[in-house]
Amino acid sequence: MPQEALLRVEHLVKYFPITRGIIIQKQIGAVHAVDDVSFEIYKGETLGLVGESGCGKSTTGRTILQLYRPTSGHVYFDGKDLVQLKGEELRHMRRRMQMIFQDPYASLNPRMTVGEIIGEPLLIHGVARGKEMQDRVEKLLAMVGLNPAFSNRYPHEFSGGQRQRIGVARALALEPALIVCDEPISALDVSIQAQVVNLLEDLQKELGLTYLFIAHDLSMVRHISDRVAVMYLGVIVELADRFELYNHPLHPYTQALLSAVPIPDPVAEEKRQRIILQGDVPSPVNPPSGCRFRTRCPLAKAICAEVKPEFREVSPGHWVACHLV
Amino acid sequence: MTDLLTVAGLETQFRTREGLVHAVNGVSFNLKEGETLGIVGESGCGKSVTVMSMLRLIPSPPGKVVAGQAIYQGKDLLKMSDEEIRHIRGAQISMVFQDPMTSFNPVLTIGRQLAEPLEIHNGLSLQQAYDRAVQMLEMVGIPRAKERLNDYPHQFSGGMRQRVMIAMALICSPQILIADEPTTALDVTIQAQIVELVKRLRDELGMAIIWITHDLGIIAGLADRVSVMYGGYIIEEALVKELYANPTHPYTLGLLNSLPRMDETDHRRLYSIDGLPPVLLEKPNYCPFAPRCAYAVEHCWHENPSLIPVGPGHTVACWVDPATGRER
Repeated sequence: MPQEALLRVEHLVKYFPITRGIIIQKQIGAVHAVDDVSFEIYKGETLGLVGESGCGKSTTGRTILQLYRPTSGHVYFDGKDLVQLKGEELRHMRRRMQMIFQDPYASLNPRMTVGEIIGEPLLIHGVARGKEMQDRVEKLLAMVGLNPAFSNRYPHEFSGGQRQRIGVARALALEPALIVCDEPISALDVSIQAQVVNLLEDLQKELGLTYLFIAHDLSMVRHISDRVAVMYLGVIVELADRFELYNHPLHPYTQALLSAVPIPDPVAEEKRQRIILQGDVPSPVNPPSGCRFRTRCPLAKAICAEVKPEFREVSPGHWVACHLV
Repeated sequence: MTDLLTVAGLETQFRTREGLVHAVNGVSFNLKEGETLGIVGESGCGKSVTVMSMLRLIPSPPGKVVAGQAIYQGKDLLKMSDEEIRHIRGAQISMVFQDPMTSFNPVLTIGRQLAEPLEIHNGLSLQQAYDRAVQMLEMVGIPRAKERLNDYPHQFSGGMRQRVMIAMALICSPQILIADEPTTALDVTIQAQIVELVKRLRDELGMAIIWITHDLGIIAGLADRVSVMYGGYIIEEALVKELYANPTHPYTLGLLNSLPRMDETDHRRLYSIDGLPPVLLEKPNYCPFAPRCAYAVEHCWHENPSLIPVGPGHTVACWVDPATGRER
């Protein structure tokens, strides 16, 4: 089924310089946070981006939105390269892409009322003001399942789950096409996570939103996503439709990652064979040559140290970067 | 199997600016030799406070254990002198904490910290203690154990630090290991490493384990028996297979249904428990889950249910049978 891409990321690279010295700063290295990542997000879909901490999934999300400027690469949104845009043009594009953050405590200004927080994007972009803004804010609050009368309250008066709803309302204020959800439920309790996930799903259906859903919880990503990309140490190692990825993982890292996720069922757990990876993730300052996963890969061969595996489509829609597939 | 530890009627309160917080409201459970007991619940349900109270690790003030007993080897841990409990903590009952970074002393080497319990509890010399420390580090899978004794905690990665933590907890061969969310701060592949390690050590050393977590997935593959906590009460307890096959308390049911599963084939809407966890500023005279419960009836608002048996080794604190929707 041919689908229209809303966002196309091409060879995205983001290095963070490591510097030495106070006045005369000299670059002595770089954190290779995102290293040559390419993918597309179709209109109306949810693309899940999973990986362990430090793999570059959040940096990818932020670099797409130009919250970090990429070291190189292109991000096409509706055909326009965001990397080339700046100033007013970029700000105009920002209306169409918003973000929901992980920490519902740190991402809301404690000195602003909920109404001011949700209304601020409307003011900044000159969409609405005064009474009209107030109406919009109340509508948004109702949309995310909060009492519209709450708009005069401050963030500390709300629980974690409710604050995350405020964050969602703020992201929706400008009627964006794309929302980058950066671990939106990781800080919440299990019984509250389902509330927020259901809300995101309902809003997507209602408003036709496109999500980039970044998370480390693989079962939740499987639940919410249409397609899933797996990141390891700054590169995407595998990308496929969610059922294809979870049923036929091809990359050894994906296989290990999936087998490590516990299933809440003692009978199923007893029968499972785990692939236990040895060791830790190497430092992104000095990533391994060739395939980045080779230092922990149970199947690694000589070629894996020498040649960087190409990210290629092995069956329709199933992309993988591994020499052995 | 005999009971190694029996906790009965444990109640702990904290004095705060908002008022008296009833963190644990009469918790009773037992632990058999070599058994793994999972205590499951969300943040603020009192699971950590329960074990901390038992080991007398609650800072007082503001906290106070106001009632209950914890019988270990015929003696009540809560009534012992400070001297007596010090001989038990770390030696016979030891603990692994959630955050391995903040539970080590950052200015002492790992070797020094591993050796300390042996010197205190077993009276070993420093050299003997270091030798044993190397053995323990090898046992938990730290490469180049001998050299790493001289490293400081920050020189280890999160997963490795948790291994060292486990080595330290097990160095005096305790009978009971209490693990308080030991894998919550870790990535899933590292979490799998640690769970495998603990299972292996349990089989080799035969200690009993109390594993505290909010993750119903981990506990499924690890525990023999599970207690589910809510609002400072144990609301359901059963053998692990029984609990997952026949969850009976509406809260347990809700929790299990709110989790997406890796082996699901259809997309379903996640079940969500409405409302928020309780504020513990009062000790309710009604069921603490009633405000969020889909099955609540009149009775639930008048009397707090206590645990009643519903099957072999399966107890639940609920007036209603969710299978029929009627009062039992």
